[in-house]
Amino acid sequence: MSLSMATPAFLIERNLDRCIHCQVCVRQCANEAHGYDHEEQRVYSDDMRCVNCHRCVVLCPTRALSVRQFPLEFRANANWTAEVIHNIYLQAATGGILLTGMGNDRPYPIYWDHMLINASQVTNPSIDPLREPMELKTFLGRKPEKIVIENGRLKEALPPQLELELPVMFSAMSFGSISLNAMKSLALAAEAEGTYYNTGEGGLHKDLYPLGHRTIVQVASGRFGVHPDYLAAGAAIEIKIGQGAKPGIGGHLPGEKVGREVSETRMIPEGTDALSPAPHHDIYSIEDLRQLIYSLKEATNYSKPVSVKIAAVHNVAAIASGIARAGADIIAIDGYRGGTGATPLRTRDHVGIPIEFALAAVDSRLRDEGIRNQVSLVVAGSIRHSADIVKAVALGADAVYIGSAALIALGCHMCQKCYTGKCNWGIATQDPNLTKRLNPEIGAKRAANLLKAWKHEIKEMLGGMGINALESLRGNRLMLRGIGLTDRELNILGIKAAGE
Amino acid sequence: MRVTAREEYCAGCRLCEVYCAVSHSPYPADPVKAFRKSPHPPISRVLVEEQRPVSFALQCRHCTEAICVKACITGAMYRDPVTGAVRNQEERCVGCWTCILVCPFGAIRRDEQGKKVAAKCDLCAGAVEPACVKHCPNGALVVEGKGGGLKCM
Repeated sequence: MSLSMATPAFLIERNLDRCIHCQVCVRQCANEAHGYDHEEQRVYSDDMRCVNCHRCVVLCPTRALSVRQFPLEFRANANWTAEVIHNIYLQAATGGILLTGMGNDRPYPIYWDHMLINASQVTNPSIDPLREPMELKTFLGRKPEKIVIENGRLKEALPPQLELELPVMFSAMSFGSISLNAMKSLALAAEAEGTYYNTGEGGLHKDLYPLGHRTIVQVASGRFGVHPDYLAAGAAIEIKIGQGAKPGIGGHLPGEKVGREVSETRMIPEGTDALSPAPHHDIYSIEDLRQLIYSLKEATNYSKPVSVKIAAVHNVAAIASGIARAGADIIAIDGYRGGTGATPLRTRDHVGIPIEFALAAVDSRLRDEGIRNQVSLVVAGSIRHSADIVKAVALGADAVYIGSAALIALGCHMCQKCYTGKCNWGIATQDPNLTKRLNPEIGAKRAANLLKAWKHEIKEMLGGMGINALESLRGNRLMLRGIGLTDRELNILGIKAAGE
Repeated sequence: MRVTAREEYCAGCRLCEVYCAVSHSPYPADPVKAFRKSPHPPISRVLVEEQRPVSFALQCRHCTEAICVKACITGAMYRDPVTGAVRNQEERCVGCWTCILVCPFGAIRRDEQGKKVAAKCDLCAGAVEPACVKHCPNGALVVEGKGGGLKCM
């Protein structure tokens, strides 16, 4: 064993004037960054083990703890940064791929923050959402070419639709990558607020079947947990081709996380690795995709919309056009900032394109081809707040998926260590000592509160624009102006510059 | 009325113990002083039983027919006729530990920091919500309504 080059990433600061040595921090740290010295009768910390998840900081009854970046510095070098050097040390020691969790954290431009929303002044009145009705209801699914009305009613039945009370759904996160309590929290919140959550590729746990009508069931390359009851239970079916955090890559749930419940739900032996191939081995073309879409529609008697989820990549507009023509009812696009439970660091940080561009390009392309009505567009990949949603809808999205934001509402502190299975907040773990830390009643309330709060904010912004129904904002890019963008970027986004 | 644990959501942090001890100390609003002003840490009347991953907080069940009340040699232990809480009048308690011996739940503890007395949950008399319930970070402790108490005899 040679010398380890590892140094701590974080510094645990304990205010000894306030610490009462109650050991709450010791008991709550799954990484064992805190310990108790019985001889000295005091609590001590090991910076090396700290992942900066804030569990101890938040639970400390005397606010004696704080965590910050470890102050150790290399000689200043704008090229060979500390992070680059540390990663080389790690790879030199292990010979492995660097893993990480959550979404891309690189300082790429965030185009949402380069778009500004319009408001009414004098020439058209703004609307007060507290006094006047405001409609956020959203229907996802294929819309007919034309509607024929007979005796005041639609002559022909609409294709199957998902009905959302607000244009936000919870992203695909599998049972396995997150705990059952986290899934229950999201499912209950979706039920309370009239939206949907997504099983990811982990199957549907038996406890969640009663909320099947709030569930989008995913069919991914591993086909885990897919059976007739599963397809029948969901409100919609989503074929997952890719995700923003790891475009072009499959999934890998390590065997340690495949306990009895996960094994039953995924229909794989206990303790075996759950490997999702990078491609669907039966999909090598749009025609193959069409076959799977129609197989799933046939299996469910054409009663549910079928969604296809892809990562935002360079040719996303052409791909989306193909997906629409393949018969999908919904296209979900996940931008390069999309989160995940585990992904190779280099893929997460360097593959894919921003969701803002992908959305604008896809919406424009589908409109140009006259097939925009055939599909609903759902975008994902770091929707952080209600203004991001308003901008996404104005750019052309029908709805958004939120994953990271939903988990943050449940208590996630973005330490990016989901892949270790030691989530101290009981979210990204299957350890029974940790999963019980998330009470789904509290989780559901918090996730529902987030949706409620965003609903209010969206209505405020819509009212400010003088718009009383979200439908009137959809694809209304005149409501956006760019700031700090080049002509080319404005052109791709299809918006004018501020002041124009 | 009594406090019941929801074992499935107990994170085993023992904040209930910390806040119980604080609220029964001379500094009920200041955990730092409560723990640091005395040479001994204050005593909690709730105890987290743990065999991982199972853990739950246990305190007096406030039995309707409480054997500790019956066993008390001085009459210090009594059942409040209004609230139904089983409480110990510390000024009458002589620290004989008979109540500790007979309690089938092991919910009474020795307090030898001053005069020897039996320390037990008093449901934070006068408080809207017992300290353990109020400070549980995961809703793992709930107050159960009046009546329907246990009979431990």
